[in-house]
Amino acid sequence: MTPKIRLSHVAKSFGTKPVLRDITLDVPKGESMVIIGGSGTGKSVMLKCILGLIPPDSGTIEVDDKRIGRDREAFLSQFGMLFQGGALFDSLHVWQNVAFRLLRGRDRLSKREARDVAIEKLRRVGLSAETADLFPAELSGGMQKRVGLARAIAADPQIIFFDEPTTGLDPIMAGVINELVREIVVEMGATAITITHDMSSVRAIADKVAMIHDGIVQWTGPIDRLETSGDPYLDQFITGSATGPIEAVR
Amino acid sequence: MVLLRLIDDFLASIGRSVLALCGAVGHLVMFGAITISHILRPPFYPRELGIQLLRIGYFSLPVVGLTALFTGGALALQIYSGGARFNAESVVPSIVAIGMVRELGPVLGGLMVAGRVSASIAAEIGTMRVTEQIDALTTLSTNPFKYLVVPRVLAATLSLPLLVAVGDIIGIFGGYLVGVGRLEFSSAAYIHNTVDFLEAGDVISGLVKAAAFGFIVALMGCYHGYNSGRGAQGVGQATTNAVVTASILILATNYLLTEVFFSA
Repeated sequence: MTPKIRLSHVAKSFGTKPVLRDITLDVPKGESMVIIGGSGTGKSVMLKCILGLIPPDSGTIEVDDKRIGRDREAFLSQFGMLFQGGALFDSLHVWQNVAFRLLRGRDRLSKREARDVAIEKLRRVGLSAETADLFPAELSGGMQKRVGLARAIAADPQIIFFDEPTTGLDPIMAGVINELVREIVVEMGATAITITHDMSSVRAIADKVAMIHDGIVQWTGPIDRLETSGDPYLDQFITGSATGPIEAVR
Repeated sequence: MVLLRLIDDFLASIGRSVLALCGAVGHLVMFGAITISHILRPPFYPRELGIQLLRIGYFSLPVVGLTALFTGGALALQIYSGGARFNAESVVPSIVAIGMVRELGPVLGGLMVAGRVSASIAAEIGTMRVTEQIDALTTLSTNPFKYLVVPRVLAATLSLPLLVAVGDIIGIFGGYLVGVGRLEFSSAAYIHNTVDFLEAGDVISGLVKAAAFGFIVALMGCYHGYNSGRGAQGVGQATTNAVVTASILILATNYLLTEVFFSA
């Protein structure tokens, strides 16, 4: 089956420091791929390369068998993203944040229609209609994540990226967000890539897992092989051991 | 040997600084060129433009007005006191008017707006950069240049001439208050002298300067905010750099435009 997203030999350096050395990865259509790896291993850089926010030095990135280049607009139109810190626009009301894409572009909706869709999406992530007229600064961290999630799914995207969806949340709220992410991905049939360090998120969200270490995909496989992979890097990461092939700076 | 190495290091450091300066100027010119190209191409965001006209133009009016009022008054006192040395006290109204309209109105207006607006734009866009809001715009199929930079640059370029025009009137009025209230000019003679000596070219040159300063103010705020470093320190540095570079560029551009308008 043709993968929805394909990265082939993608490399990216900053100055003399290589962050991605040779990333080759297929993300199948309709599956939820979780990318794990230590801090600074280039997970976010990889995501930004796919988005075109950072140009890779070499290698190719394809969506639906087409290289992302001039067609980036078309790619972004079928795409939604939940940012680590929410990245909500401070100056806009919550509903305007959620409906941001719906209020712009060729197929834009009227204000009333966009607001109705925003409220429906807010309800989908467990927020009441009253939240719609608040500003992001008036919300708790967990609520901001939910609004970010509502914004990511507002235009019913085919591809969704989640960048550290549970960072900074208490374990209960993290569990709620994990469940929501999983439900939404299944319900929408979207292809999802999630970056996380949180192993409970991995187990809750993933169909497949890829571990990045030292600029390459160290291991990739289905979630049910996570514990039995036999890969020493992956084993050290999931057990959180200080000893192993991954050097821990003390 | 040691002396040669010292000279070598010294020359290398000069070379590095020159290259860094050339790089920064090139980067800034590219930023300006991209901004201008986006001003001319759709999509346009009229609502954003309206908001920025209000924030940059209307809300700067008190600052520019008060600056002009006191400057006009002080100018009248200075010219009266200086003119008294060669019995030329009567030139106060005309010199206040010409000084305000040609130089002090646009330059002081530009500097005051630079302090208020450049800093605010740099802090706002810098914070958006740090909190990934600019990346979020891109992922929502919205070009950050068109949505953030163009409305601010356009609003400042359009509103600064209007602000300066109002500032000129207030500044001349400040001179009038001092002239009539303190220096015993007759009201009619002061107004007569002001109107008689002021030419259309004086006003137009001042307004063209104001438009150029508006462009500089917003461009510097956007450029430094857009390229802000990480964290609070990065945003703070961007804010400082925006105000400093905008102020210097305003003064340098003022000299160049004065050469263009009045050197003949």
